[in-house]
Order: sequence, then structure tokens, then C-alpha cells
Amino acid sequence: MTDADELRRRTRELLAAHPPADTERLDFLRARFDAGLAWVHFPEGLGGLGLPRSLQVVVDAELTAAGAPDNDPRRIGIGLGMAAPTILQYGTEEQKARFLRPLWTGEEVWCQLFSEPGAGSDLAALGTRAVREGDDWVVNGQKVWTSSAHVARWAILIARTDPDVPKHRGITYFVCDMTDPGVEVRPLRQITGEAEFNEVFLTDVRIPDSRRLGEVGDGWRVAQTTLNNERVAIGGRRLPREGGMIGPVAGTWRERPDLRTHDLHQRLMKLWVEAEVARLTGERLSQQLVAGQPGPEGAGMKLAFARLNQEISGLEVELRGEEGLLYDDWTMRRPELVDFTGRDAGYRYLRSKGNSIEGGTSEVLLNIVAERVLGLPAEPRTDKDVAWKDLAR
Amino acid sequence: MSDLLYSEEEEALRAAVRDLLTDHCDTTSVLARAESDAPHDLAAWKALADGMGLAGLLVPEARGGQGATHREAAVVLEELGRAVAPVPYLTSAVVATEALLNCADGEGPLADLASGRVIGALAVGLHTAPGAAYATVRADGGALHGELTGIADAAVADVLLVPADDGGLYAVTADEVTVTPQTSLDLTRPLARVTLDAAPGRRVGDAEPAVRRALRAGAGLLASEQLGVAEWALTETVRYLKDRKQFNRPVGGFQAIKHRLAQLWLEVVNLRAAARAAADALATGEDTDVSVTVAQAYAAPVAVRAAEEALQLHAGIGMTWEHPVHLRLKRAKADSIAYGTAGAHREALAELVDLRAP
Repeated sequence: MTDADELRRRTRELLAAHPPADTERLDFLRARFDAGLAWVHFPEGLGGLGLPRSLQVVVDAELTAAGAPDNDPRRIGIGLGMAAPTILQYGTEEQKARFLRPLWTGEEVWCQLFSEPGAGSDLAALGTRAVREGDDWVVNGQKVWTSSAHVARWAILIARTDPDVPKHRGITYFVCDMTDPGVEVRPLRQITGEAEFNEVFLTDVRIPDSRRLGEVGDGWRVAQTTLNNERVAIGGRRLPREGGMIGPVAGTWRERPDLRTHDLHQRLMKLWVEAEVARLTGERLSQQLVAGQPGPEGAGMKLAFARLNQEISGLEVELRGEEGLLYDDWTMRRPELVDFTGRDAGYRYLRSKGNSIEGGTSEVLLNIVAERVLGLPAEPRTDKDVAWKDLAR
Repeated sequence: MSDLLYSEEEEALRAAVRDLLTDHCDTTSVLARAESDAPHDLAAWKALADGMGLAGLLVPEARGGQGATHREAAVVLEELGRAVAPVPYLTSAVVATEALLNCADGEGPLADLASGRVIGALAVGLHTAPGAAYATVRADGGALHGELTGIADAAVADVLLVPADDGGLYAVTADEVTVTPQTSLDLTRPLARVTLDAAPGRRVGDAEPAVRRALRAGAGLLASEQLGVAEWALTETVRYLKDRKQFNRPVGGFQAIKHRLAQLWLEVVNLRAAARAAADALATGEDTDVSVTVAQAYAAPVAVRAAEEALQLHAGIGMTWEHPVHLRLKRAKADSIAYGTAGAHREALAELVDLRAP
């Protein structure tokens, strides 16, 4: 019996023991996790079976066909995409056992306390301090651009534990309890009018040393796992034709002959082709991953989608002419989900401006491609041997 | 969804073709040949077509070929593009062959082309997009009269496939026509004027469907050649800029340059996906028109930009006749017109995906 057959058998067993129609959503998700069918590439006992990641589709197809509930992955994207792989790689057995199950079922939402007002692209320069006091760490500082902080139970946090060594070496990685009285979450209103992100103020937050991930001072290396997974999560989607930002504008074009001009047509077709080719590149990347030959192509996907989303939504606002002068709603809202293609063209235009900033600016990503993929010389580094406390700020 | 990867067999084929081209088509010999009266490398062609059996990839075994698909032919074209090899592979083994595959009475010349011992050329201007109008000659009884220009690789063709005004496609042997080389932008795929003065031809089938099919395959697989050209440009430029020093640093370490090269890499990665999709669609017959037009609408600007960036970033040395970059620039620019411009393909695509012009 192949692994795929075995997975199909186990999935049907799960469905038989917990028929989705008669089972509470959460009970089903917990049972699925315990059966090792949550993420098959995770180890046994932690929601997986130690199988290749590519076999997950076998389980998902069976479950979808049976109408089983999913764990609403868009709502818990940071937990699934960033916290989980980091906990798996660096966590203790107790941490893995405590955190992964409710993370996967969505019972506990996670957020990411990385960026700071003074540490954006230069994240390693971060200044939030964690000072050891007995069995605890006492954390003080400010984080920013934190999605889901207002609904999160836990956060992955990086903080400075040693200011006297160069910046990359004095960072430690923690799991922060968002219900700690020292954690204050304030909405950060953005140009779309809504507050999808937050500022998080940390005042004497106490974190037990048992919630440290990885060694003291090794937080930068641990964070690389998180950040690499973030870019995969942002760039590596499989889409049908017209599945992305090009879909709504193509739809408008078909429905509204009155809006068409020759100039817009030229630009639309150019972008349509680019969107289709970017989609094919994503498809090719997925095929490479499934075939077990991951290429460096993933590094470029986020760059491509950021630019395309911006240009396509910009074209759409212009295409709509008189309606392009309007905006659907400036009310300050607190969305739980990020939906780049949701709402009207004006929202899409404004929201997509963030696509070339969040998860690494396009400028930094171009450096990464140039250095890691093409092997070109790294940027001159004047901060390499300077203690963090002596850096210019 | 189509298979966008390369199989192990395809990678082995690539390695074999690359080996052969390293021996035959190094820059110095390609450049020397381009300036001579015989720009084509017939020794390389013989090795590829006859020796390796690559001329018959698209032809079923029952009709005298290798029974492979466009996926393998595309890999061959990537390597030919990389080396700007002056061989009539695209014109004979793809375009003329596809035309004959569409002709019930084309068996004779088809098997000859598939064997590689005979070179064919479709006598339709290289600039013609699939579905576009093309020039014809006058058919008068069994004799053909007229003049056709812009016929790629006609100088080495043994048989020309000539569309006539009676709607027929005629096979005409080269010794019955006058072939006059035209001074061409692309030194490695030269064009020629073909003059027919009561040339005897044998009608092999209807011209319109055969020409359309041939040009569509040509356009789709040209994307793989363009990928090869673009990859060469990127790889060579990165290699050169790691080595070249100015201001006491490798030039490739300046961020303005790094970003340009990273951007180019991104476009080459995209082009590979588009070219593989087109080759796969030609092989399977699924979604072929859209895949081919998407690939051609995307490929030409990328290949041209890659070659232009290679020249600019090589700077002075890239402007010299001795440096190989100009051969790629000329090929890339000519390819941007071959089998229809990107604009022509976008226009066709607008109809195909129902995004109509005002």
C-alpha cells in the first residue's frame, strides 16, 4: 500500500468515526489533529505522520469531498505559516505538545511581535529589551504592524537580551502571552481607513524562561525560520487563471463596454499576460516542491505579486472613471481577515501598496535575490562588528 | 494543469545538445561564420539532425520521425538560443515540419525532413503571426510565379513550401528557384528573397491551415529559444560583473546593478514557466492557443531586455564586434518580430480570453 493509499484509508477512518454532519467543528478538528492528518509532514503525535508535505493534498481532497470543516487557515495564517514551523524546529517537547494542537485547530490565534518603529528592514537592530530576573524575562518595548494582535492568545517575540554584542548576536526568541497585563494593544489605522494591524506596547511583561525558543542570543537564527516561511506563505499560492487581482478588473472590462478605451485595453492586456505568467511561475514552483526539487524561484514570487497587485488595482481605479473617484467606506474597522481582493477597487489599490512593504520590502528582496540566488557581492556592512548599543539611531 | 518541469530525459537531452554546441558553436566560430558567405553551420546541423536524430522529434515514428513532442523540441531550442547556433532547426524541424504534418500529401518531404538529410523552409515571411495574412505566389497550371521576401534560412533549404494564390501549399525544390540573401539584422538566422519564375511545384495540401499550424508551433517554441537567449544574457552578465572591478569593488556589488540583475532574473524565471506551458500545450493540444499567445506576448520583451541589459552592463566591451553579446541582441530583437510581435499576440489573446478592444 502506498503512502497515499494509507492516507486515504486513515482519512476515511477519521470521517467514519467523526461524521462531519454530526460532529462539532472543533471536535472534528481535534480528532483530525490527533489522527495525524492535520499536516502530514509534521511528526507523529504533533498532528502529522512524518510523511512528505506533498501528500497533504490527498487528505485535503478526501476531506473537502466529504464536506468536512477546515481550520479556517486564513484566520490563523501567522500561527500556521510562521509560528508552527519555528516551534517545530526550535521548540522543546513540552512547547510542541502545549502549543501546536490549539494553534492548528484555531482555538488559539497567534501573532508576530517582530517589527518596531526603529527596526523595519533592519529588523536585527530591534530595541525591545528582555532582562533576566530569576526564572523570568522582563520585557519592555514597542512593536508595530502586528496583525491579529487584538485577537491573539500568543505571540512569537524577538527581543534584545544583550546590548553589548553586535546586533545579530544579542537577540532571543520567545513565546509571549498576549493576556499578560503588561501587553497593551492599540489599533494602527492605515491608509485604507481600517485598522488591520496594531501597535503593541510591552511594559514589564513577564515571560518564563520555559517559553524561550532556542538558545539565549540565538534569536536571529530562529527568526530566519519564521521569516523564510512568511515569504513562502505570501508568495506561494496556487491560483486558477484570473484567480488573483486581475480577476475583478477583467470582470469589469467584460461587463462594462462603456468604460473601455484603447489605452486601457493595451495596458490591461499587458498586465493580464504578466499576471498569467506569474500564475504559471507559481504553478511551476508548486510542481517543483511536490517533485521534491525546491528552486530559488520562491524568492521572486512575492516581488512579482506585489508589483502586479499594485499596477492592476491602479488600472482598475482608472478604468472605473467616475466611479473611481468614489471609495466604498472610510469607517475605521477591525477586520480579522486580510483580503487583498476584497472590497472595491479603491480599497484594493490602497491596500496593495503594502504588498511591497510587508514581509520584506521589494528593495530588500531584490538584494536577497541578487546575493543568494545570483551570488553577487553582499552590501557593505558597517554594523557587523559594532555593539548594538553603539549603533547610529 | 500542464507539466511545467523538465523530465530527466529532457535534462539529458539538454546536456547532450549543450555538449555538441560547445564543440561546434563557440562564439568565435559563430561570429566568423556570420561574416562569411555561408553563415549557416551545416556541420553542426548534420550532427544535431542526422547524428542525434533531433530533426524528427515532432514527427510520429510511423511517418519517419522520432515520435517525441514539442516539450523535447523546446529543450533543444533553449540550447540553440543560448548558443545562437546558426542552424535551421526552428525553421525546418519545427515550422516546415508542422506545415507538412498538416498535409495529407506531404509524406515524401516530411520523412526527408524528419531524417534531417533534407532542410525545409516554409516560404512565409518570418514576421508573420499565426492567423495573419501572408504573401502568395501565382499558380499557373503546375508552374509558380512570384517573389517572396523575409524567408528565414531559405539559403540552406533544399525544399521550399510555397503558398500559392489558388489556396494550395506547394513543395518546390531549391534548384527550381532563385534564393537571394537579404542583409539581415540577425546574423545567425539570415533571411532571403525567393524568386519563382515558372517553378514546378507539387501541391502537398491546403496552405491556410498548414501555415496557421506551422506558425503557431513556431511562435510557441520560439519562446523557448528566447528563454535560452535571455538566460545566456543574464548568466554571462552576472559572471562578468562578479569579476569586473571599478572603484576598487566588483561592479556587481553596486546595489543599482544588483537590483537590475535581480529583476532580470525574475523575468527569466517567469519566461521559463511561460515557455514550458506553451511547449506542454503544443504537445498535449490543451489550451494551446492561449498558452502560445501568452508565451509570445511575454517572451519577446524579456529576451530583448535581457540582451539590452547585458550590453549596457558589459558597457564598452559589450559594444565591440568581437564580444558575443551583439549576436544575442540581434537574435532577441529579430525574435521579437518573428512569428508576430508581442503586440500582435496580445491582440489575438484579447479575442481568445474575451477581453475585447473598445
